[in-house]
Amino acid sequence: MFTNIFSQYDWDQVKAAIYSKTTTDVERALAAHRRTLDDFAALISPAAAPYLEQMAHISQQLTLQRFGNTMQLYIPMYLSNECQNICTYCGFSLHNKIARRTLSAAEILQETEAIKAMGFEHILLVTGEAQQYVGLDYFKKILPILQPHFSNISMEVQPMEEEDYKALIPLGLHAVLVYQETYHQADYKLHHPKGKKSNFNYRLETPDRLGKAGIHKMGLGVLIGLEDWRTDSFFTALHLDYLQRTYWKTRYSISFPRLRPFSGGLPPKVEMNNRELVQLICAYRLFSQEIELSISTREEERFRNHLVKLGVTAMSAGSKTNPGGYVVDRQSLEQFEISDERSAGEIAAMLQQQGYEAVWKDWDKSFSQ
Amino acid sequence: MQPLVIAGKTFHSRLFTGTGKFSAATLMEAALLESGSELVTVALKRVDMYDKGDDILSHLHHPQFNLLPNTSGVRTAKEAVYAAQLAREALETNWVKLEIHPDPRYLLPDPVETLAAAEELVKLGFIVLPYVHADPVLCKRLEDVGTAAVMPLGAPIGSNKGLKTYDFLEIIIAQSNVPVIIDAGIGAPSHAAQAMEMGADAVLVNTAIAVAADPIGMARAFKQAVIAGRQAFESGLATTHRQAQASSPLTAFLDEL
Repeated sequence: MFTNIFSQYDWDQVKAAIYSKTTTDVERALAAHRRTLDDFAALISPAAAPYLEQMAHISQQLTLQRFGNTMQLYIPMYLSNECQNICTYCGFSLHNKIARRTLSAAEILQETEAIKAMGFEHILLVTGEAQQYVGLDYFKKILPILQPHFSNISMEVQPMEEEDYKALIPLGLHAVLVYQETYHQADYKLHHPKGKKSNFNYRLETPDRLGKAGIHKMGLGVLIGLEDWRTDSFFTALHLDYLQRTYWKTRYSISFPRLRPFSGGLPPKVEMNNRELVQLICAYRLFSQEIELSISTREEERFRNHLVKLGVTAMSAGSKTNPGGYVVDRQSLEQFEISDERSAGEIAAMLQQQGYEAVWKDWDKSFSQ
Repeated sequence: MQPLVIAGKTFHSRLFTGTGKFSAATLMEAALLESGSELVTVALKRVDMYDKGDDILSHLHHPQFNLLPNTSGVRTAKEAVYAAQLAREALETNWVKLEIHPDPRYLLPDPVETLAAAEELVKLGFIVLPYVHADPVLCKRLEDVGTAAVMPLGAPIGSNKGLKTYDFLEIIIAQSNVPVIIDAGIGAPSHAAQAMEMGADAVLVNTAIAVAADPIGMARAFKQAVIAGRQAFESGLATTHRQAQASSPLTAFLDEL
């Protein structure tokens, strides 16, 4: 289990090691044939900042070789904003006095129709954590409804048991995204004071349960803004490295959600500027040529346009972050404000202009049967 | 150049091609036409098999292109057999490029699952072209269960590293009774020429063409390299010598005695 490895690392020591990286360490990492975790630490360190242009060139070349001139497109479908957790940064948090709703089977089909009309084949299902509304039984009911309509279904919901994942995979579940939010244990507790999510270790062991269940793909990440992003990213890479060795048949993706404003939320404790986000994206690519790197509509239009060529391999487009947001109930409460409001068609056109083909379908449902 | 026959079908081009990683379907179509390729592999996961207007499939409607559906993405023999059956029904071809690489990092083929799936698919009447490691024994085992060819790799898929498995490819070619198609790792026309010179029956190229700055120009370069390499093989390459021939041979005295 990853917890055994995690317990051997101390947050403050890792942080100090990253911040003491030197130019020599960065140059060694850039020149390396195979890059280690220590090289990754050098590449995300402040010492690597002057090397950003060089990193971007290597990242672009590695990405092009592995993924070609393509960009995977996907769209989230928010199924519910019910939530029993308190998360200080989230619009769905329990203490927020908002109207809650969970989509019914009929409503899911209405949303599906709208999403299919935009061209999507890959969908990401999102919920809060509320056992009585969106527990295992709910997912067992709705996956067979969605499966005939999509080539590829991912979920970003509460952590579950290995047995639960094993029950959902044959129903068409392809990927699960579960972000640790932060690997800083004390801060994690501060941001998740109540609800099942307050259990740090249960969340930390979720990728292990997913790996054991034989999931095709899992997504990792931290919520950037809660803690020092360099240290959190090092722990993410450590987690990734362990998972790739242990669950070697699974594919992995990394996301970079930066805290976005929402009604009543706390401002980020740590700011990460655009230059630093590019550095992080390139560092991941240099560390792992095959990792999928995903960027959501949290990021703004012009910035996303430029990220296309720097290592990102998947983008969401035309997203709504509220349940029923596409047709059923456009005014329901959203999880966060999106920044890039362009339609899927506009994103595909932007990609084409840059010489990239939008990939709508990269899986076949027959593979999971 | 001698034509190549696989499972009774004659190919005049020994350059097989892939359809991934292109920046646009129209560019893919133009590059593949330029390559002269007659066998084009398509990942089932990337296309909608049941939609004639599919963006990739609709650009492959040319009489010279024979479609070779591939099972990239499956992890087991069972999944591969199921996917191949759907492809046969939807795409109306019993040819299949069998790809089972459960490892998503290096995309290396699983020999155990591949052999099991090949055996099953041959029984079901498929023309099976399995993607495998450059493992001479495995290639013989696949031939024994009835595959129409073998497709050993030169280097990991997409790596463009060339014929890193050269010594094993030589053994495979030397002892194979079915065509040997070198797949994966061919990153430059010179690699393709080298493969043909050593006696490979064909090569399969994708990344090196799709990701080139000018995919059409690169397709033409590969076409020429494959022809040149094959012609060299058929013409009989002069043997290479490790050292110069001595002008005063050590054994010349034997003639003088």
